[in-house]
Amino acid sequence: MKVLLSILLEMADIPSDPEVVAVALTSLGLAVEEMDIVGAPIPGVVTARINRMEKHPDAAKVTRCFVDAGDGEERHVWCGATNMQPGDVVPLATLGTKMPNGMDIARRGILGIDSEGMLCSEVELGLSEESSGLLILPKDSPLGVSPFEVLGIEHDVVFDLDLTRNRADCWGHLGVARDLAAHFAVPLKGPRIDVGARGAEKSLPVVIDAQENCGSFSISYVSGITVGPSPRSVASRLAHLGMRSINNVVDASNLVMLETNQPNHAYDAAVVSSFRVRLATAGEKLTTLDGQERALHPEDLLICNGVDNSGVGLAGVMGDQHSEITDVTTTLAVESAWFSPDPIRFAAIRHGLRSEASVRFERGTDPNAWELAAERFVTILRESCPTATLHTGATIVRTPHCPQPIPVDVSVDSVERKLGIRIEADRIVSILNAIGFSASVKGDIVSSVVPTWRPDCSESVDIIEEVARHFGYDNIGKTVPNSTVHGRLSSMQQRRRTLRRVLVGLGLDEAMPSPFLAPGDLSRVGLSEDSVLRIANPLVADESILRTSLRPGLLRSLRYNQSHRAPRVGLWEIGHVYPKSDAQLPDESEQLAIVVAGGDAETALTQWNAICDALSVGTQLDQSRVPSGLHATRSATLARGKQVVGVVGEVDPMVLHELGIEGRVSILEVNLSILLNEEPKPVQAKDINRFPSSDIDLAFVAPDSVPAVNIQRALRQAVAKRLVSIELFDVYRGKGVAEDSRSLAFRIRMQEAGGTLTDSVLAEVQQACIAAAQKAGAALRS
Amino acid sequence: MSTTPTSEHQQLAAALTEGLALIAASGSSEDLRGVMSSLTGKKGPIAALKSSLGKVADIEARKELGQLVNEALVTLQQASEAHSRTLRAGEFAAQIASERLDISEVAMSAQATRRRGRMHLVTQATERLEDVFIGLGFQIAEGPEVETDFYNFEALNMPPSHPARSMWDTLFIESDVEGSVVLRTHTSPVQIRVMQDWPPPIYAVMPGRVFRKETPDATHMPVFHQIEGLVIDRGITFADLAGTIESFTKAFFGEGFTSRLRPSYFPFTEPSAEFDIRRPDGSWIELGGCGMVHPHVLRAGGLDPDEWSGFAFGFGIDRMAKERHGVDDIRDMYSDDIRFTEQFS
Repeated sequence: MKVLLSILLEMADIPSDPEVVAVALTSLGLAVEEMDIVGAPIPGVVTARINRMEKHPDAAKVTRCFVDAGDGEERHVWCGATNMQPGDVVPLATLGTKMPNGMDIARRGILGIDSEGMLCSEVELGLSEESSGLLILPKDSPLGVSPFEVLGIEHDVVFDLDLTRNRADCWGHLGVARDLAAHFAVPLKGPRIDVGARGAEKSLPVVIDAQENCGSFSISYVSGITVGPSPRSVASRLAHLGMRSINNVVDASNLVMLETNQPNHAYDAAVVSSFRVRLATAGEKLTTLDGQERALHPEDLLICNGVDNSGVGLAGVMGDQHSEITDVTTTLAVESAWFSPDPIRFAAIRHGLRSEASVRFERGTDPNAWELAAERFVTILRESCPTATLHTGATIVRTPHCPQPIPVDVSVDSVERKLGIRIEADRIVSILNAIGFSASVKGDIVSSVVPTWRPDCSESVDIIEEVARHFGYDNIGKTVPNSTVHGRLSSMQQRRRTLRRVLVGLGLDEAMPSPFLAPGDLSRVGLSEDSVLRIANPLVADESILRTSLRPGLLRSLRYNQSHRAPRVGLWEIGHVYPKSDAQLPDESEQLAIVVAGGDAETALTQWNAICDALSVGTQLDQSRVPSGLHATRSATLARGKQVVGVVGEVDPMVLHELGIEGRVSILEVNLSILLNEEPKPVQAKDINRFPSSDIDLAFVAPDSVPAVNIQRALRQAVAKRLVSIELFDVYRGKGVAEDSRSLAFRIRMQEAGGTLTDSVLAEVQQACIAAAQKAGAALRS
Repeated sequence: MSTTPTSEHQQLAAALTEGLALIAASGSSEDLRGVMSSLTGKKGPIAALKSSLGKVADIEARKELGQLVNEALVTLQQASEAHSRTLRAGEFAAQIASERLDISEVAMSAQATRRRGRMHLVTQATERLEDVFIGLGFQIAEGPEVETDFYNFEALNMPPSHPARSMWDTLFIESDVEGSVVLRTHTSPVQIRVMQDWPPPIYAVMPGRVFRKETPDATHMPVFHQIEGLVIDRGITFADLAGTIESFTKAFFGEGFTSRLRPSYFPFTEPSAEFDIRRPDGSWIELGGCGMVHPHVLRAGGLDPDEWSGFAFGFGIDRMAKERHGVDDIRDMYSDDIRFTEQFS
C-alpha cells in the first residue's frame, strides 16, 4: 500500500521529515518497505522556448532546435522528437545535468555539430512511465525555471507500507494519518473539504434486497459536471500512488478511495437514477469495465438500475461498462456502500478480479465514511470543474447487518497483567481517544467504543494491543520469566543426536532431499504406491506425492552426485515418511536411511552394528524375508520378534540400472520412531571374572542355505553360561569344501564362574558344541 | 685360606677367559644369545665343571670351587648384558634408519584423509538453537508434519474461511473432506498439541519442517524449517516476551547484539510483534514473529486464559544457516551436492 507524505501532511500536522515519519510508521506496526522521493526538481533542467527549428539535409530523423532559456544566450540542441513547434516552451537539460536515469548530459555532436543540451519528455524527467514526444509546457511559462515549478508538481515522498492483515483502515491515507497524529500528539484534521454551496435536495431511490451482503448503501447527487482532464496535481498524486489518470471524475473517485479508504463509484445520473442491490441470478451476464463479459454466480452481489433491474456493477468489485460516465455526462450519482467482506472476497476469487475496491471491501471498510467521501469527491472535482455541486438529501440505506461501534471495557490491572508494565488510566484513555476509540474511565475500568473503521477490534485484548502500540513496544521493558521447568533434551532427542554423531563418524554425509515425489518414483525403487497420500494442489505434478520411504530421494541424490564426478558418496537422512492410514492423519513416522555408492551388504551391516552398539539396541537378521526393492540374496529384514524395524543389504541391481546408478549400493533403513523411542535401562556393572579364559576353535561346514547366525545361536546355547564371546573368524569356500557349502570357523571364548576351566569341562563343551551345530545343519570340518 | 690351584681351577679360568672372548666376539643379539646358551647351558663348560664338583673330596675345596663357579657365571652374565646393550643400541639404530617414513605422504593417504561425514546445515543450526534454548530453560517438542486443519488453522484463531489464512500459501492433502488435511504451513500447530499434552507450566521450543506452496528461488523453498517457542505460565507478560527474545539474542548471536519488537499481526497472538536483531555495527536482521498467546488459542489448547498466560515466537532456521555460512542461494542447501556439503565440518 503506497502512501504519499503530502497527503498525510494535509491530514495532520506531523513532522515533514520523511525519515522521522518512516521511523514512526514502523514503530506503529505500519512497516515501511520502501521510501521513494518523487518529483524532486532536477538541477540543470530549466524551461526554454524554441525560437526556431531547422532540418539538416543529412539527418532526416533529428531536428535542430535553437532555444532560449531566458539567459539571453541562444543554444543549439539536436532533438529526435516531432511534437514541438517554434514558440513552444519545453524542458531543457543543460550541459552537465545528471538525469534521473543516470545519464549525464554532455556535449554530443551529430554531423560535426555539437548539441548544447537535451530537450526532455515526461519519461526523461521521471514524471511518467510513457510519453510521446517532448513535454510541452504552457506558452506563457517563465523561462529558465524548473519545469516542475511551472507544472505545480510538488516534491513528494512515497512510503510503500507492508500492511498487516488486520489494519483495514490503513488502506486509506486517513487511517495512517490518524495513527501518526496520535503518535506525534497532534490533532487529526482529515482531508480538506470545500464543497461550496450545496445544491437543492435530491434523493435518488435505493432498495437493498440482499441485506446480509450489504450493510449500507448511499447515493449522493452531484450536478454541474464537465468531464475533462484532471489537474496535474491530482494526476501526479495518482501516478505516484500507482494509478493512471483517466478523467477528472474517475480520478476524483479514485483519489477519494486512496485517501479515505471508501471505495466509491460515480454513475451518470442521467443513465442510472435509482438503485437496487440484489444477488445475481444464474445465467445472468455483466460486462465489467475491463471489457470482459462475465457469467454471474448466484452468490454474486449486483448493483442494479432500479428502473429495469439490469446490472450496473458487480458490487464491491467492478462497475459495468455501460454505465460508465462519458464526455456528455453532466450529473453524477455517487455510490458509497458497505459490503460484507467475505462475499466480496469470494466474488473476487471467483472472477479472478482483485480490484482496488475489492481489496478494501474484503478487509472491511467504514460504513460511516460515505459522507466524508462524497464531500471530498466534490472538493477534488471542483479543482478542475468549479461548477460541480453536491446536493443535499443524499440517500443512505442501512440494513441490520451494518457494523455498529462496539463498546469494550478493559481494566487498568488487566493491561498491566498482559504487558508487564503499569500504564495509568489517564494515559490509556488519552491513547484510545487519540485513535478515535472514545474512552472514559470509571475506577479501574476504562470503557471505550471501537470505531467502525476498525473491524479488527472487538474484545479487550484488542484494546490492550492498541494501548501497547501507542505506548510504544520499546517502552514496555524487558524481564525474564522465572522458569520452573528444566531445560533438557528428551531421551529420544538425545538418542537421535547420538545417532547423528555415529553417522558422521562413519564418514557419511547428511542429505535432505524433498519429501515430495513424482508418481512412479516409489515403484521405480521397488516399493508399493498403494498407501501414498497425494497433494491436492501441488506446485508441479512431479512433486505431487508424499513419500512413504526415504529411499527414492536418497537414491536420486546419490545419482546426482555420481553424475557430478563423485562416484563414491555415502548419504544418510533422518526424516519423516507419511503412509496413508485409516485415520484422518497418515501413519507418520521418523525413518533413518543410509545409502553408500560402491558399498555392499557388509558396509551396511558394519553401519548397523555401529548404530546398535551406540544406541544399545539389537535386532534379529531375517534373510528369509526379502525386502522389496533390495538385492534378493544379499539383503535381510531387521526384526524384533514379529515387528519389522528395518532392512539391510544392497539395492536391487535392476533398480540401480533403471535409475542409472553405477556399481553396488549398500542400504540400511530403520524405523526410528520404534528404535529411538525405547530408553534402554542403564547397564549395571558386573564383576570382572579374573579366572583365566580358554578358547576353542571349531570349523564347521554348512550348506549356504543354513545362515551362519543359526549356527552361532546353536553354539551360544551349547556353551551357555560359560560363554564370553563367539567370533566368526574365517569363512572359506572352495577346494575341500562341498559346492554350495562353506566352512565357518568360530573362536569360542569361555570362562568358569568360580575357577579355572578343566580339560574335562572343555572337552565336554566342545562335544556339546559339535552336537548343537550338527542339529543346526553344520558338520564339524574334518 | 689358600689352596693350590687344581686342574679344576685351571679349567674354570680357561672357560671364563674363552667365554668372555666369545661374548665380546658376538656380532649380534642373536649370536650373543647362542653364545650364552652354549656357555651356560646344560652341555656347556660351566655345567660340566658344576657336575664334576662332586668328585672333589675336600669339603672346603668343593665349597670354594663351587663359589668360584657361581662367580664365573655371574661374570659371564654381566659381560653378556653389557655387550647386549651395545648390540641392541646399534641394532635399533639400524632399524630406525631403515624404517624412514615420509610423514606427509602418510598424512595424504586415503585412510588418513578419510573425513568425517557432515550434518546438513539446517541440522547444525537446529542443534545450536536447541542448545541455546535448553540453556534458557526450554524443552524440545515435536509434532506431525501432515496436520489437520484444526491444528494448523482453526485452533490458532483462524476459523474456516478466515481471511488471514491467505497469509500462508497452503498445500492441501487429498482427503475425504476437502481441505481438512494440510502440510503444516508453520510449526505453530505444535503449540496446540503441547498445550493439550503437557501440563503447564510449559517452556518449549518446537523445531521442524514446514511447507508452503511456493516456487523455489534464491530465498524461498516449498519445504523449509522453522523453530517455534511457547511459554505458558502464570503471570507471563509482554515484557517477559521481550526479555526472553533479548536473552536468546545475546546467547545465540553474542553479547554485542540486541533485539527490538515492533507491532505486527498474527491471528494467534495479541499483542503481536515482529522481532529484529541489531548487529553490533548497527544494522538490523528481521528475524521472526512473536506475541502474547491469544486467549482463543489458549482455550483451543484446553487452558483457562484467566489462569494461564503466555507468549509464542517463531522464526526460520534455514535463514540462520544461510546467513551464518554466507550461502547466497538457499537451493544450494537442498541440492545434496557433496561439493557443497563437504565444506561445512
